Amino acid sequence: MKLTKMKKISRRNAIHLLSVLAGSMFVSSISFSQTNQVLKRIDEITKGLGAEESDIYLDLPEIAENGNQVQINFEIDSPMTETNYIKQVHVLADGNPAPNVATFSFTPEMGSCAATTRMRLSKTQNVYLLAENSDGQFSMTKAKVKVTIGGCGG
Amino acid sequence: MSSIKPRGKVPKEASVDEIIEIKTLIRHPMHSGRMKDADGKTVPRQIINAFNVKFNGKEIFKMKLEPSISTNPYIAFPFKVKETGTFEFEWIDDNGEKYTMSKNMEVI
Repeated sequence: MKLTKMKKISRRNAIHLLSVLAGSMFVSSISFSQTNQVLKRIDEITKGLGAEESDIYLDLPEIAENGNQVQINFEIDSPMTETNYIKQVHVLADGNPAPNVATFSFTPEMGSCAATTRMRLSKTQNVYLLAENSDGQFSMTKAKVKVTIGGCGG
Repeated sequence: MSSIKPRGKVPKEASVDEIIEIKTLIRHPMHSGRMKDADGKTVPRQIINAFNVKFNGKEIFKMKLEPSISTNPYIAFPFKVKETGTFEFEWIDDNGEKYTMSKNMEVI
């Protein structure tokens, strides 16, 4: 009688342990796959070329109190002439349900490559900025934002 | 959909070669498709998915928006002044509706 009770408990413990283990594996695999998703997306956009890290001016709050409205502002040093200008800028986030945030298309008429918008961040994560030059070169930068209250609902 | 109202700020006057900043805001809920309403039902996705700007008929700036963009999307961008003209702004909704606005700028 005592033995069976002990057995029961140990089995329950074992199942509990297993579920905790499985849960942690699940969570870690999610965060892993999300960072991966961004890297995959970068690979897709650059068509395998990859991007060099460069010092793009990226203004993001270090700590965002409200993940629903996080202001992002960037400025890229570029002559913005017909032959040499920033064509596209992709904003990607590795902790959101989907990695894409926005894609900006610039033209030489703008005279300067900069933009400001507001985005949602569901949790603390890295925000990536990937810029494509008219000559096909890519450059990128990233910044970590700590989010106190997440956006994206749920 | 009368609650959706675009707003923008463009300097009325500018000088040649000046880089001006154009600010826009549109009142839109930007339902990401992940939020739940008071009854616990998921609100279907409905966002502004594109924003296009033309100056005197020529495309100057485009933005593709994803559900990660905040409610009432605010967009600001620079523009180098060359001549007098009209900016045309266009926001495209997931439901196919287009919201437009135009602003004049004069070179002094």
